[in-house]
Amino acid sequence: MALRTVRTWLWVAVVALAAIAGTGAVLLRQQPPAAGDGFGVAQFDLVDQNGKPVDETVFVGHPSALFFGFTHCPEVCPTTMAEMSAWFDALGDEGADLRAWFVTVDPARDTPEVLGDYVSWVSDRITGITGDAAQIDRLADAWGVFYEKVPLEGDDYTMDHTASVFLLDRQGQFQGTIAYREDMETALGKLRNLLAKS
Amino acid sequence: MLRLLRAALAAAILVVTPAFAHNGVVHLGPINISLPFTRATLPNAPVAGGFLTIENTGTEPDRLVSATSDIAGDTQIHEMAMQGDVMKMRQLADGLEIPAGETVTLAPGGFHIMFMGLKQALVEGETITVTLTFEKAGTVDVVLPIEAAAADAPTAEHAH
Repeated sequence: MALRTVRTWLWVAVVALAAIAGTGAVLLRQQPPAAGDGFGVAQFDLVDQNGKPVDETVFVGHPSALFFGFTHCPEVCPTTMAEMSAWFDALGDEGADLRAWFVTVDPARDTPEVLGDYVSWVSDRITGITGDAAQIDRLADAWGVFYEKVPLEGDDYTMDHTASVFLLDRQGQFQGTIAYREDMETALGKLRNLLAKS
Repeated sequence: MLRLLRAALAAAILVVTPAFAHNGVVHLGPINISLPFTRATLPNAPVAGGFLTIENTGTEPDRLVSATSDIAGDTQIHEMAMQGDVMKMRQLADGLEIPAGETVTLAPGGFHIMFMGLKQALVEGETITVTLTFEKAGTVDVVLPIEAAAADAPTAEHAH
């Protein structure tokens, strides 16, 4: 009888521990997005710089770097594009498989034509993505990307926006980020790691 | 009439350039401006940032109230700040104070002159001119060498 009571309590303890561990796991997952847990997954219909339709399937097939910006951006975007260009150069053949994406958060001004020349300066392996504002919204939301129009003097405006570069593996799944102005060697290390894993 | 125009032009030039440059530093009364540069623009990019260091050697605060340039439809004074991983940019409508005895740096990632509606692409190796107006010290032209697209400072050959 006493033994059975002990056994019952042990089972209660096992269940309680399992519950705690399970809750912990869920909470941990809700902290920063873990690799490959569905972060960044969205269905969308947009176009590339040639006006060709693109959807979520474009991220599958190559490891890639994803950035959200706009061409009227004075500093963060040209700097990131210049650094991206330097990454492609530094990786050389080692990075032959790598692709990049520049999604505009200002589709009203960034037509495919405008984007095309802009991104082609970086590499022939970067694709500009623009199109319907609501679809851009959907894609940005999936990546937790913040962007907001800020009015300036005159009829002009600028955009506040998330400046990180997201790293995607060959399946299009999130693997990490490169922060704005992250040191070149660190960035290259992350890209090499991504290429090795993909 | 022509002579009058020429005289007026000469006077105008004298008025806007009371400063002199020495060792790459532009002096305007107690204000010293050094390390000016801008960055090459990417294709179709209609904006660019101008960067320089302003030292106020005087005993009174001054204020950079405006910047103008022929290369841009509109030139403003801005502040950029990273909040977490989000880049935020704000126009400084009242200009930028240069406290007495202090140095204010306009550099990538912070304060900058914002050229908007560029009339031409900025090509590395060339220069542009910006006219700065201070509340007290007056107006001065500063030549900004155009550096690489991600440059953080003027190259050594420009920063004498």
